[in-house]
Amino acid sequence: MSLLELDGVKVHFPVKKGILFDRTVGHVYAVDGISLKVEAGQTYGLVGESGCGKTTLGRAVLRLVDVTDGSVVLDGTDVAKLPEKELRSFRRRLQMVFQDPLGSLNPRQNIESILSEGMAAHGIGANQEERREKIREILAKVGLPANSLSRYPHEFSGGQRQRIGIARALVLEPDLIICDEPVSALDVSIQAQVINLLEELQESMGLTYLVIAHDLAVVRHISDVIGVMYLGSLVEEAPSDTLYEEPLHPYTRALMSAVPVPDPEVEERRERILLHGDLPSPANPPAGCRFHTRCPWAQDRCGKERPELTDAGGGHKVACHFTREIQDGTLRPAGDTEAVVIPAQAEAPAAESEPDATASDAPESAEAPESDEAPESDEAPEADEAPEAEDAPESKDASEGK
Amino acid sequence: MPLLTVDELTVTFGGRGRKDVRAVNGVSFSVDQGQVVGLVGESGCGKSVTSLALMGLLPAKGVTLGGRAELDGTDLLKISPSKMRDLRGRDMAMIFQDPLSSLNPVVPIGVQVTEILQRHRGLKGEAARKEAAHLLDRVGIPDPDRRLKEYPHQLSGGMRQRALIAMAVACAPRLLIADEPTTALDVTIQAQILELLKELVDQEGTALLMITHDLGVVAGLCDQVNVLYAGKVVESAGRRELFAHPTHPYTHGLLGSIPRLDAPRGEPLHPIRGSINDQIAWADGCAFAPRCDRYEMECLTGTPELTEPRAAGHRARCANPVLATTEVPA
Repeated sequence: MSLLELDGVKVHFPVKKGILFDRTVGHVYAVDGISLKVEAGQTYGLVGESGCGKTTLGRAVLRLVDVTDGSVVLDGTDVAKLPEKELRSFRRRLQMVFQDPLGSLNPRQNIESILSEGMAAHGIGANQEERREKIREILAKVGLPANSLSRYPHEFSGGQRQRIGIARALVLEPDLIICDEPVSALDVSIQAQVINLLEELQESMGLTYLVIAHDLAVVRHISDVIGVMYLGSLVEEAPSDTLYEEPLHPYTRALMSAVPVPDPEVEERRERILLHGDLPSPANPPAGCRFHTRCPWAQDRCGKERPELTDAGGGHKVACHFTREIQDGTLRPAGDTEAVVIPAQAEAPAAESEPDATASDAPESAEAPESDEAPESDEAPEADEAPEAEDAPESKDASEGK
Repeated sequence: MPLLTVDELTVTFGGRGRKDVRAVNGVSFSVDQGQVVGLVGESGCGKSVTSLALMGLLPAKGVTLGGRAELDGTDLLKISPSKMRDLRGRDMAMIFQDPLSSLNPVVPIGVQVTEILQRHRGLKGEAARKEAAHLLDRVGIPDPDRRLKEYPHQLSGGMRQRALIAMAVACAPRLLIADEPTTALDVTIQAQILELLKELVDQEGTALLMITHDLGVVAGLCDQVNVLYAGKVVESAGRRELFAHPTHPYTHGLLGSIPRLDAPRGEPLHPIRGSINDQIAWADGCAFAPRCDRYEMECLTGTPELTEPRAAGHRARCANPVLATTEVPA
């Protein structure tokens, strides 16, 4: 059995109007029917852009926001229906690491006080001496100096503060740690330290994580399973490697193609899908498939029928009516859609040439391999081309030798 | 001759009885017409202060500037404030990181765009409005006539950044400085904005100084890259050269710290230890030495010079540079 099971979780926020009497005039459908499972000892990564409801979902698991519908079952207990009193003690098993390391630590409490407060509330450790011993042990694990106990949050750097946040979750020995954008506020070199720390802790302590982040590269690095969210629902869910190698949903492909890779060779050749416009408002989501307003492959059916998350084989779940057609190329992106698909280029431009792949000549180069008359509506990049592009750069190959 | 030449620029913040802080400590680089030059570094490396100094946006009090920064023969650090106001917006323009706080919230977009057209191009009334609509259309804002009447809060993040870019390119400046233009945006919107910037550079021949912390953005956009650490350029090379052979241990470490979407899973990252707080003054040695895995006693004896240890045009400020390709971390 999975450690955490979400079934049809919905979180709707009422929109109220009126001076004397609040009338509910509508709802913001922040999370709209999400089912997922997190296995013990694994990392589930939830990825999506701002406003897709990923943070709300994380908060719903902890019941920091009330769940409108559905169940959140941790180890056989439905958190969504737990009475307030039991919930308080149950929360020890669910801890959260927040995005803003400074904002989530009380500036007037020293580290010992911050870390022992939760322990005292949950009755861990018989006295302060015992708790202090435990805190020292955890601080060593997260890589903070032992003299941190009497210091205050402002005396630490950003990375160290995030370590305090992680230590605060760890001292309660939770079953599940929810990390909401654990590294997005940190500098690149510090990000790597915290990511490595999370992985080391998982290995040595057998932790289970639900990681919420907008950075696909970070999520792919630490997760076993990734769920991609768009406008309150999951559009795709797959094991980390499968998702990267074979993204099936058009949104996942667009999202992946938008992540810049720090390697010019890859940058110039990879597939690009430029989505036009912005995320629609979750207060008034589009009918049918939520993504059809921005999808280059959208058909009539997509505007009417909402696709279910179905298994496409091997635990790879996708919510799209036309997965197969898009994959084998029978369905092409519409020529006049607002999105441009620039396919991955099979051959790299000569290494010495001027390194500026630009928007203006990209449609031309897209035209070349296909001799298609509509340059913008080029076919979805062939599946066999993408892997080629990915292991081509020599610098990367050389680097793996280390 | 390059369009912009920055030579040994220093910016020192002082006053109020505190110790002076030298945020920029002798930065030199140049930008050619139609070229994209990147200034890369983490918070506190002096990249934003450099751009503010170039635009003349630093306060006059408590700031000491040194060195030269010539735009087409005019020293930007020495000209009078009124001359600077003429240059700013017309010959050089800037795009800021946070599009919401860079726009006036109580003035419609249209007024903010036409203001520049009036100031620098003398356009008035209907002509200015038409040109403003044309500009918004140029940067890909749908229905520009309606948008001109709207206020910043009515636009989405990506749309606001487009409006800011429209204002920046209103007078076809020769130099555009973009300070983290996509950091506040989602990745799909970031891709749109980067595509737009590329297009502008390509079609208008604008020179672009791109300031960012994101090496991925640099890899896709910049021709020449300067890596900054603690107020000094530590490595400078063409884009391909830099990413293929990072020579300074800091650049090397940065590339090893980034989780890559195309890297095989399960491989640990190679972070740089410590934080930016662990540094020594450049005068005493290499500021990066306390975090560096390769430092030797030589690193603690005076400022290392920019040399070309690997190839011509690829400069690194390091006494013990990374030269073997096999050492590039994944």
